[in-house]
Amino acid sequence: MLRPLHPVAPGTRTVLGIAFFVLFVAFWAWITLGGHVSRIFLADPLSMLKDGWRLLVEDHFWLDILITIWRVFGGFVLASIVAVPIGIAMGAWKPVEAFLEPFVSFARYLPASAFIPLLILWAGIGEFEKLLVIFVGSVFQIILIVAVKVGATRRDLVEAAYTLGATDNGIVKRVIMPANAPEIAETLRLVLGWAWTYVIVAELIGSSSGIGYMIINSQSRLATGQIIFGIIVIGLIGLLSDFAFKALNRWLFPWSLA
Amino acid sequence: MSKLLIEGVSRTFAGVGGGRPVRALQPVDLAVAANDFITILGPSGCGKSTLLRIVAGLEAPSTGRVLLDGKAVTRPGPDRGMVFQSYTLFPWLTVAENIGFGLREQGRPERERKEIVASYVDLVGLKGFENHWPKQLSGGMQQRTAIARALANDPEILLLDEPFGALDNQTRGLMQELLLGIWERRKKTVLFVTHDIEEAIFMASRVIVMTARPGRIKSDVPVDLPHPRHYTLKTSPEFSALKAQLTEDIRVEAMRTAQV
Repeated sequence: MLRPLHPVAPGTRTVLGIAFFVLFVAFWAWITLGGHVSRIFLADPLSMLKDGWRLLVEDHFWLDILITIWRVFGGFVLASIVAVPIGIAMGAWKPVEAFLEPFVSFARYLPASAFIPLLILWAGIGEFEKLLVIFVGSVFQIILIVAVKVGATRRDLVEAAYTLGATDNGIVKRVIMPANAPEIAETLRLVLGWAWTYVIVAELIGSSSGIGYMIINSQSRLATGQIIFGIIVIGLIGLLSDFAFKALNRWLFPWSLA
Repeated sequence: MSKLLIEGVSRTFAGVGGGRPVRALQPVDLAVAANDFITILGPSGCGKSTLLRIVAGLEAPSTGRVLLDGKAVTRPGPDRGMVFQSYTLFPWLTVAENIGFGLREQGRPERERKEIVASYVDLVGLKGFENHWPKQLSGGMQQRTAIARALANDPEILLLDEPFGALDNQTRGLMQELLLGIWERRKKTVLFVTHDIEEAIFMASRVIVMTARPGRIKSDVPVDLPHPRHYTLKTSPEFSALKAQLTEDIRVEAMRTAQV
């Protein structure tokens, strides 16, 4: 019986989670291998694996994977280094917020992909342009979320620190920053996920390497197996980096979960 | 000379959305002698917490001033330790680091800090829990840590805003004895806000009763019960007589607040 909000046993949870993947692949195999859709439009799972293997072994696709990972992390780290301090400053000091918040809110809605033609004009089609696309896509998001989190710092903790003799400077460094560190790390984890979307878009246009380049290249050759393989690789790397990020946060901030 | 002088302190909050300003506190005068344990007793919303926050320097009075050792209070500082009703331990610091927070902010050397922290860990009975995170502690243990944290600065006055309000009855009784025991041994000037009549009498050398909002001082009742006090005191005839008197005082005010 399904009872609302009733927890599911851990073993059952794993089985159910895997079951959907099995069903999904089975359905995919049925419509492709069974001849229900044309092979031109959708490769079957087996040829997808074969194509993927060939990509990795013969076409050095792992180099594309590495370069894409480097772009995501490079752009993401750049954005974080710039955005986190600005976000903290905006959250902590209201005049800074009043000064920057309207512009950042506006800039946040500028789609990173629409900047690509402009960024290519400014920075060419090299690595720097790819990093800039991710940077533009992430930086305003991080600033705003961090500013909101910091602005919502528990006032009673700040007051307690003042009654213990903390200075304004001490409040920012030893209350506001540590109090929000786990939330900021969680924000970065979320934005890293979005950065994966930006990198593929950046690689679809004016690029000669990377997972996105491979995908757009495969399109012209109707190699749907390769496209699907590329998409799955992105999903897997995203999942792995998410796990790693979560583990890092747990290790860095044991107090927030104890 | 009085340790703490409250002179004509009142507080009016600006009206919300153009509404009329709300007066939380009528002008209050109060002189607190050194090493006195004063409880401020009043119904909810009578402004007793506001008064305490003004003494702490967390809020500015609309009129009047607060003098501690003859110096006017303008902002919060380590000479006025405060314990809040909500749990305000820093969750990213261990029990020992929480207790040492104030000492660290004042740049005291680490060795000295360690010694002082150890003595206060001992004082509030938290030996063995020094390296626990606040989340791992019960409510009573968290408030004991908060008391130790405020005391570690060796403040001139200790301010407590319903510190045991969120605790269950049994724990609350134990905490009262613990705090009173510390006061009996170490002597400190204490201002303790509560709405619990029994707590107000048991802890105090003087109970200040406040009226319903806007609050002002209604009566000033000395409590001459002998020290050290034991929980059995709460069932003695003298205690009951005081309790009956204060219950009557506060009941009128509570009814005015509830408008029944």
